[in-house]
Amino acid sequence: MSKTIKLKKGFDINLKGKAEKMIGDTVIAETYALKPTDFPSITRPKLLVKEGDNVKAGTPVFFDKMMEDVYYCSPVSGEIAEIKRGAKRKLLEVVILADKQVEFESLKKWDNSSLKQAEKKDLIEALTKGGVWPHIIQRPYGIVANPEDEPLNIYISGFDSHPLAPDYGFALKDDKESFQAGLSVLAKLTAGKVHLNLNADGEVSQLYQGLNDVEINHFQGAHPVGNVGVQIHHLKPINKGDIVWTVSPIGVVEIGRLISQGQYNTEKLISVAGSEVKSPKYMKIYAGTAIKKVVEGNIEGDHVRYISGNPLTGEKIALEGYLGFYHNQISVIPEGDYHEMFGWILPSAKKLSFQRAFGLLSFLNGKNKEYELDTNTRGEKRAFVQTGVFEKVTPMDILPVHLLKAIMAEDYDEMEALGIYEVIEEDLALCEFVDVSKHDVQKIVREGLDLIRIG
Amino acid sequence: MKVIRDFLDKQKEHFEKGGKWEKFYYIYEAHETLLYSPKSTASAKGVQIRDAIDLKRLMMTVIIAMVPCLLFGMWNVGYQHHIATGQAVTFLEQFLLGAQVVLPVVIVSYATGLSIEFTFATIRRHPVNEGFLVTGMLIPLIMPPTVPLWQVAMGTAFGVIIGKEVFGGTGMNILNVALTARAFLYFAYPGELSGDVWTYIGDASVVEGYSGATALAVAQEFGTSTANGSVLEGLASYNWSAGLFNVQNLTLGIIPGSIGETSAVMALVGAIILIVTGVGSWQIMLSVVVGALAAGGLLNVLAVNDYMAMPAYYHIIIGGFAFGTVFMATDPVSAAHTERGKWIYGFLVGAITVIIRVFNPAYPEGIMMAILLMNVFAPLIDHYVIEGNKKRRLKRATV
Repeated sequence: MSKTIKLKKGFDINLKGKAEKMIGDTVIAETYALKPTDFPSITRPKLLVKEGDNVKAGTPVFFDKMMEDVYYCSPVSGEIAEIKRGAKRKLLEVVILADKQVEFESLKKWDNSSLKQAEKKDLIEALTKGGVWPHIIQRPYGIVANPEDEPLNIYISGFDSHPLAPDYGFALKDDKESFQAGLSVLAKLTAGKVHLNLNADGEVSQLYQGLNDVEINHFQGAHPVGNVGVQIHHLKPINKGDIVWTVSPIGVVEIGRLISQGQYNTEKLISVAGSEVKSPKYMKIYAGTAIKKVVEGNIEGDHVRYISGNPLTGEKIALEGYLGFYHNQISVIPEGDYHEMFGWILPSAKKLSFQRAFGLLSFLNGKNKEYELDTNTRGEKRAFVQTGVFEKVTPMDILPVHLLKAIMAEDYDEMEALGIYEVIEEDLALCEFVDVSKHDVQKIVREGLDLIRIG
Repeated sequence: MKVIRDFLDKQKEHFEKGGKWEKFYYIYEAHETLLYSPKSTASAKGVQIRDAIDLKRLMMTVIIAMVPCLLFGMWNVGYQHHIATGQAVTFLEQFLLGAQVVLPVVIVSYATGLSIEFTFATIRRHPVNEGFLVTGMLIPLIMPPTVPLWQVAMGTAFGVIIGKEVFGGTGMNILNVALTARAFLYFAYPGELSGDVWTYIGDASVVEGYSGATALAVAQEFGTSTANGSVLEGLASYNWSAGLFNVQNLTLGIIPGSIGETSAVMALVGAIILIVTGVGSWQIMLSVVVGALAAGGLLNVLAVNDYMAMPAYYHIIIGGFAFGTVFMATDPVSAAHTERGKWIYGFLVGAITVIIRVFNPAYPEGIMMAILLMNVFAPLIDHYVIEGNKKRRLKRATV
């Protein structure tokens, strides 16, 4: 029973430099990294390798002592080049010097018919040891799922509405079989349903046609319409005590490949996009790649910010940095560390604003205008004053301001009552964008989630 | 322009940590950011791009919306002076006289308030918030033109310190700061804030038959006594200056009253600016008007005296109703914060204004009291709206 759900609230940020539907050469970078910091639940990573060890794609590199069954595996074959630690010896990165040709660990595989009879525990064993399990995210909290839990349902958002995001229908067009295999595996992990949510406005990609083991719904509206958390809220909101899982389409494909081919193969098409990219397009890479070789020769300015992920929820990385585990795009935008005389009052139609206060004329441009935004904060941090705006970009029955205040006050009961289980950072990212007082909303949300989860 | 930038950069080190004027960093910051928007960039994790709006621009929009009221108020002060003293002078002279009376009030309000803001920013180590830029303009606009300047300073100081800073500064206050200042003066110095204070006379002598009463005072006088006929007749008969209180003058605001709040038309211009820019809540403005009309209409039906029988729409155009609705009731900090709460809050502000006007002989103008009262109740209204949200969530879980 497929339904179409229309969301009225939200805001599309239309940035210049969207990836064109063409594919650059496959990039094998010199180094790759696996970063425990990509996974908010990991507090005590335990290394399984040391510097100088040889690994293949799929060789376990570390696990989290709090969830020992789940291995985090090397995306490529090569040699462990460096184990980077930060303050208090916190593990930051495991850097792998890659071979020219990726060699895979060969793991157990299932064909279509044996998959139908496969035992759930065998599949879980394969997924957790094979490196793909971290793609399965648990809600609440947005952390790596616990293999011992049984989720009510599993949700997949088939599209990404973030600015400059890749089009999965295009990026995964050659992976339909793996996608289907992944769906079939996921269907075995829940007594409920696997939900795939598609964009009602976009054309239906070949990838999403004729799928089994899945229930399809459609969503229509502006960002954050593609956020799986928002979709869950409208399908079957998460209550206290509920556990559901979410997987990205790329995660589904990797799960499918592992099960049907017996390889931890993280090859994927990512979008390299943004106003500072000369020719924004899709590039074929392996997870955790050093980005330098991916963007080399394709960058316009010399004072830019490289973002692992999208400009709303991503993370600033250096040109020598590595793509995050969950990130499927590299965004490159101008760095904004400049003063602007009377910048706070000069009228402008070039600067994007959700609001229309004096001189903010971007609303006159219409929806098709593409903006070239830099990283300037466009103002200074101030006390919280404005009301009613966060609600306009949060298409959920949630009061974002009051939830955030409850988190700041560390009021557990209030956080719970106001719906902290239903959100993760990305769901309130637009609040951070539109905030007049320039608060770090996403950081506050994560602090709240950690408070509730760990105390 | 580079000279200014270089100068600021050079001075900055003295104000930063370890500098000799470290304590005054936020005063430096307030001035620097007024000249240049900061070069700070988005945090490493989280949004990498930010909306072009900031608090300064938001506040500036409100100030721009108040400019029509201010300019009109200046002219009106001069105009009222000249009809009271029987002089026929040009538009420009009227305006200049008004400016001469009004500008000192504005300057005193800003000087007092900003000094206090800077002092608290230094002591409490918090940024100077731009909220006072609006408050500092609101205070003069709700003062009678004859107000002594030292009282403006007293009122502003009281409003900022007791109304705001003791609660923790901008964003934390319960009451509207400008109205707190006004209410303080009203009760502390009733002699200067009520009675014949609404027309600036100065040293001049008035024309024969002159009376300085406002439309509200006339309405009350005629409305509550049975002898003299209806309120409308009263307003019409009040003709030491022909047609002073006709509907047109009341709407345009060419009547005695506080400096900037007489004109419903100028308040409407402000309202349009606030609504188009999305800075002021149209929900609150609309619901205040609806509340006033509803209460006024109900009183019409139940009328036992002439004031109750006064057509409900008169409440919108006399006194400071329009100004209060547009600029005071919509103060985002002291109004209700939830969307549903705003409707309830606004409706009650409107209704209570009319009730105070009609039934309370001590206060001819009700909107100040109504807004302050509802400021106090706004958290309660929000509380029930929030409880409703929580209950929906709980109910869902148990079904």
